[in-house]
Amino acid sequence: MSADGCAIVTGAARGIGAATAAALASEGRPVLINYRSDGDGAAAVVERIEASGGRAHAYAADITDPDQVDGLFAAAEAELGPVAVLVNNAGMRADGLAPQIGRDDWSAVIDTNLSAAFHTTRRALRPMLRARFGRIVNIASIVGIRANAGQANYAAAKAGLVGMTKTIAVEVARRGITVNAVAPGLVETRLTEGIGNGLVDAIPARRVGTAEEVAACVRFLASEEAAYVTGTVLTVDGGLSA
Amino acid sequence: MPTQVTSDTVEKVISDGLVEVGAEREAISRSATFEDLDVDSLDLVEIAQIVEDEFGVELDGDAVKDVKTVGDVVDLVVARGS
Repeated sequence: MSADGCAIVTGAARGIGAATAAALASEGRPVLINYRSDGDGAAAVVERIEASGGRAHAYAADITDPDQVDGLFAAAEAELGPVAVLVNNAGMRADGLAPQIGRDDWSAVIDTNLSAAFHTTRRALRPMLRARFGRIVNIASIVGIRANAGQANYAAAKAGLVGMTKTIAVEVARRGITVNAVAPGLVETRLTEGIGNGLVDAIPARRVGTAEEVAACVRFLASEEAAYVTGTVLTVDGGLSA
Repeated sequence: MPTQVTSDTVEKVISDGLVEVGAEREAISRSATFEDLDVDSLDLVEIAQIVEDEFGVELDGDAVKDVKTVGDVVDLVVARGS
């Protein structure tokens, strides 16, 4: 069983993805920084990791396209070696009340937040099965578990991600591959810009979370010692959904 | 460079693959069913992967669903590979 290999983090040019990439790199894993269009952000993450003595490589791919997912994995394998860890982090929002969410806003959120995670997972599993080792971590959200008005598309995608996590986890568990989800609450990133401060009063911890705090959860689930943790959702929300 | 697809080479690669996923070498024959060999659907996914890596022949979900015996898979790969 080989636990050696690199990590791919999707949507890693900023926010939780960038923090996760840095956390995995600090554990000694080379990291492929996937991004769609924020090349500058991705380059900055690579620089930060390399300055700390780690290895990283940035690669642009629209992961809603399975062909580009193949390209992403080929690049990771060529530059950094077999992919042992996959973090499905790329996500987007297009909020609105249900009667006002247009078709494109529905599809875009489902495609990016859910379908893309399936495409990458399917591709990642092939070598992981042969290697008898793998770590797949899906960044979900407490919105996938508890209601949040104005986010039917986001909630559907994140809840779907949780269901997908559990099913795939039990399919591959006996091959040394774990599949888990991390469900952040309110975390300060560009994705949550503009969300009202009034919400903080509802959070038992009385503050928003940081990207690093979410990354720490991913780092644990991606570690070799988390081998008996699979098919679960690790909520990191300051008590909001308790 | 994919290996040439012949009945013998395919049977050997598949037999080796079956042993890798836990089947008893002595129990493997063309007529052996996967049930006999205690090989399940996840193991077959891995066999399909081995076949693809070795011969460049793709076995999709639909193809793998109907195979019952070792002979079925060998014939399928030979058919697709020629």
